[in-house]
Amino acid sequence: MLCDICHKNPATVHLTEIVDNQMTELHLCEECAQAKSAQMEQQFGLSDLLAGMAEFSKPQKEAQDLNAKCSNCGLTYTDFRKIGRLGCGECYTSFRKYLAPLLKRIHGSNQHLGKSPLKISRVIKKKMDLQELRNRLKTAIETEAFEEAAKIRDKIKEIERKANEPRTL
Amino acid sequence: MKLNDLLSHQSEWLKDTGPNSNIVISSRIRLARNLEKIPFPHWANQSQSEQSLGQVVKTTQKVNFLKGATVFNLSELDNIDKQFLVERHLMSYEHTQKPDHKAVIVDNEEIVSIMVNEEDHLRMQVMQSGFNIFEAWSIINEIDDALAKELNFAFLLEWGYLTACPTNTGTGMRGSVMLHLPALVMTRAIDRVLAAIAKLSFTTRGLYGEGTQAMGNFFQISNQVSLGLSEDDIVTNINGLIRQVIDQENQARETMLSKNKALLEDRVNRSLGILKSAHIISSQETIELLSMVRLGYDLGMVKNIERSRINELFIITQPAHLQKLESKKLSSQERDVKRAEIVRSKLNI
Ligand SMILES: [Zn+2]
Ligand SMILES: [Zn+2]
Repeated sequence: MLCDICHKNPATVHLTEIVDNQMTELHLCEECAQAKSAQMEQQFGLSDLLAGMAEFSKPQKEAQDLNAKCSNCGLTYTDFRKIGRLGCGECYTSFRKYLAPLLKRIHGSNQHLGKSPLKISRVIKKKMDLQELRNRLKTAIETEAFEEAAKIRDKIKEIERKANEPRTL
Repeated sequence: MKLNDLLSHQSEWLKDTGPNSNIVISSRIRLARNLEKIPFPHWANQSQSEQSLGQVVKTTQKVNFLKGATVFNLSELDNIDKQFLVERHLMSYEHTQKPDHKAVIVDNEEIVSIMVNEEDHLRMQVMQSGFNIFEAWSIINEIDDALAKELNFAFLLEWGYLTACPTNTGTGMRGSVMLHLPALVMTRAIDRVLAAIAKLSFTTRGLYGEGTQAMGNFFQISNQVSLGLSEDDIVTNINGLIRQVIDQENQARETMLSKNKALLEDRVNRSLGILKSAHIISSQETIELLSMVRLGYDLGMVKNIERSRINELFIITQPAHLQKLESKKLSSQERDVKRAEIVRSKLNI
């Protein structure tokens, strides 16, 4: 792939620029990237590069948080700001509070509405089943159908016991 | 399957069989997935990369849809081979960089390809000829389910599939449709259309993906938002948007035919004339001229050359394809001569 600016040298630097809430990816050669980042620094400050997109509203207080490390892969939030890529899936939990607003800004939402891996779907389904059973238990007790209630209670216990077993997720 | 077998195979995206294939070249869906706990490719050490590569390759062999698919280890391919796979849209240019512990898995029909350890552990893609984005989604959805039975994907209920870059988080899904829009370009309506597309959070790229220029009036339109929408919504949105772009292109074609038919016929036939007689021709010029010939075919001005032959020329005139056909390395000047020779032989019939 050739550099987006000079169209001559191979692109080795990949930047994401935010202009008017639109993200644009830029693929640049070393030389043009340096010129571009100097220009961007002037225009918006480096924080407008993706790596720096997360908000840093309280710099002193968060200074120590920036050194926060993902316990699974060792990536720090400062690393993420520098390279614009996370280190592993666990990073999303480690840097949750920074990523929640960042995802919202990128996508306009931070709630997943798509599919889940089947195994996880089963767990969600179990949770829903549990809620359904609890509702039925309540109704059974209210209508004094105690035999029915006892059956439902056993079923709930059974599901809860299974849920507490080591998960295979 | 050997890499060289692909040379004689018609790429899915050039088959010219799908719906609206006069304007829509191909429809693609890509899903990004990562393995739980293992660091993403850019952050993984050697043994972790070996682990993700091994796990993914082993699992894909068990999936029905991928039985008989071929695993190409990037470290075992030479530069021409790698570029060849990029030209066929089976993998990205990025994937050719730092080839260690990287692979691309390709099914025999070239419909499915899975890049292992590109930006994410898995980047799977399903390609369909023509305007067929729903079918592409239904195939890739099945493959994803089958893989998820064996692999633990990094996933959070709240944020969906977790990817190296937060721009892909959520569904990890990018749907792309490649369109041929010569009339919108010639009537200068394309900028207006592209601006409208950008406002809707879709991106437009050229023939060869990210960062490439729109060559020969080819545009690839993709969704940008991957979180906060279901996969069905994303596919439906793309479908609706593309339908409008197709309508616009058709209208522009009709306008040109009614107002400037002679001019159009002149450009189409001059283009064909150059292609039929040139002895030295660059890849860029070939694509630009073939674009005009393709339009001429769609408008009934070019009769004795079928569109699949025009499509084939788009790909076999690419640098790596030329060198594979010749089975040797060619300099840029040698390629321009060879390219002209192949184009002449395919069009003078
Ligand atoms: Zn440059
Ligand atoms: Zn991590």
